[in-house]
Amino acid sequence: MSSRHVFVTLAIAAVATVSACGARQTASPAAVVAPAAVASPSAAAPALTITDPWVKTTKEGMTAAFGTLVNNSAADIAVVSASTPLAPMVELHEVVEAKGKMVMQPKEGGFVIPAHGSHTLEPGGDHIMLMKVAEEVKPGAEIPFTLTLKDGGTFAFTALGKDFAGAKEDYQPGMDMGSDSDG
Amino acid sequence: MADPRDEPGPRPGVRLTRRGLFAGGAVAAAGAVAGTAMAMTRAPETVPAASPAAVPVLGAAVEPFHGVRQAGIATPAQAHAVFAAFDLRAGADRDGLARLMRLLTDDARRLTQGRAALADTEPELAALPARLTVTFGFGPGLFKAAGLPAPVEPLPAFSIDRLQERWNGGDLLAQICADDPLTVSHALRMIVKDARSFATVRWTQRGFRRAAHTQEPTHTQRNVMGQLDGTVNPVPGDADFERAVWSGDGTTLVLRRIHTDMETWDAADTVAKEFTIGRRLSDGAPLTGSREHDEPDFERLTPAGFPVISEYAHIRRARVEDPNLRILRRVYNYDDGLAQDGVPDTGLLFASYQADVARQFVPLQRRLAEADLLNEWTTPIGSAVFHIPPGCGPGGWIGEALLA
Repeated sequence: MSSRHVFVTLAIAAVATVSACGARQTASPAAVVAPAAVASPSAAAPALTITDPWVKTTKEGMTAAFGTLVNNSAADIAVVSASTPLAPMVELHEVVEAKGKMVMQPKEGGFVIPAHGSHTLEPGGDHIMLMKVAEEVKPGAEIPFTLTLKDGGTFAFTALGKDFAGAKEDYQPGMDMGSDSDG
Repeated sequence: MADPRDEPGPRPGVRLTRRGLFAGGAVAAAGAVAGTAMAMTRAPETVPAASPAAVPVLGAAVEPFHGVRQAGIATPAQAHAVFAAFDLRAGADRDGLARLMRLLTDDARRLTQGRAALADTEPELAALPARLTVTFGFGPGLFKAAGLPAPVEPLPAFSIDRLQERWNGGDLLAQICADDPLTVSHALRMIVKDARSFATVRWTQRGFRRAAHTQEPTHTQRNVMGQLDGTVNPVPGDADFERAVWSGDGTTLVLRRIHTDMETWDAADTVAKEFTIGRRLSDGAPLTGSREHDEPDFERLTPAGFPVISEYAHIRRARVEDPNLRILRRVYNYDDGLAQDGVPDTGLLFASYQADVARQFVPLQRRLAEADLLNEWTTPIGSAVFHIPPGCGPGGWIGEALLA
């Protein structure tokens, strides 16, 4: 039994590696113009990837997208904006405390993914905020997104529509955003 | 108890060797840390450190998810199971079903490998899969919703049936099995959260076998009536299993909820119980043999000229000579509490897999319904039939060939 135990533990490690690759989406070389990609010794590794991207389902109005951005390059990468055909208004948000309440607001400078590091977008933390969504985001739908980087490069990925109870942080607008209901 | 294969004691040779290895390693490690102080340390003080390692901890064990066939059928039965059936919401169509099965497949793919599901609110619970398998089945209603001809239909009525609608049917089945009940609970929670935009829950049936590692996995297990259940069962990997269970890379599941009347079963004495089954309760040997896997001799007569194994004994009525026509039983017990007077709501989740329901399951069930002494104590109260589609690879999803 002890040898079996060792075997299954190794099997988990192997499978997790394979599965993680399956869930990761990478920018096509043409889509990313990050200098880091040029500087990278390994041309095969895209500078920016995202793991497990998903978007909370909604009938209309506001919702948010999440995932883990991974920087495979030797230089920081800054994401300054995001877009999706689903919503005319998309912002990069953070969640902060204001007057004893957790609220979300646009994140100054966008999301910075450190060199050889990652940046997690998750409910209760940084996220891609979609406003004035006019078309239903159905569970299991595949929603295209494009991120614009500080250097002008772009990164496209597809997020999976997923029913989710949370991610209902109050919105603290930097300016008047109208009166959409919660995301 | 004569048969050593029935509930044996520990096998000293194997277990003591393993224990010895672990304990030895731990002692050696402790010695290295303790350094020269070890010389003054009495041996018993090192024993507590050795004890935890002596018990194998197998929560991290995984069953593969990807494959041409779904897991959870040829997989050695895990200790805990839940069968959850769903009714599709009105308006469900092929596009919706494809989205549903992509989501559910993604959940199963991750959870079975010990990874959190996407948007998992309790990711910590995914860390110990304990041989989790998630198997999906499609009922007749799913094919109808998809505009496809259904390869399965409800069973015909049998005279012994006392079916309750709350345990019957279902458009979609998730069969979730693991050696740990908390893992099963978490997987069910994720599956339900992703299914309910598309479907409502029709029924859930929870079952159990002996806890993992209570016995060697090769043992035939006992059911709640105390019988060894599943002695004659196709063995995964051999040619008979292939022909009996698989049709291409798919199969079918008949799930019968069989209530057992423990009060009247208790009133029967051992001789009566053994006469009913045709096997000894102690070791499962046929009444004409001495070991569990001895072939029953259905021709042998008592001195008085009667068959030793009754004409109506369960094993005679359930006998299928052609191995290709046998069924694979992957049976769980249920025990859903007590009435005020102490009468248990207990029985079997009789999960039967076969290449062809009409050729294999129906004739067998008909023979048992016509005459089986065991019918006195067992009553089918639920019945559902599902097509089990093939498995999938890393980029695919369960049902893709039907619904894409």
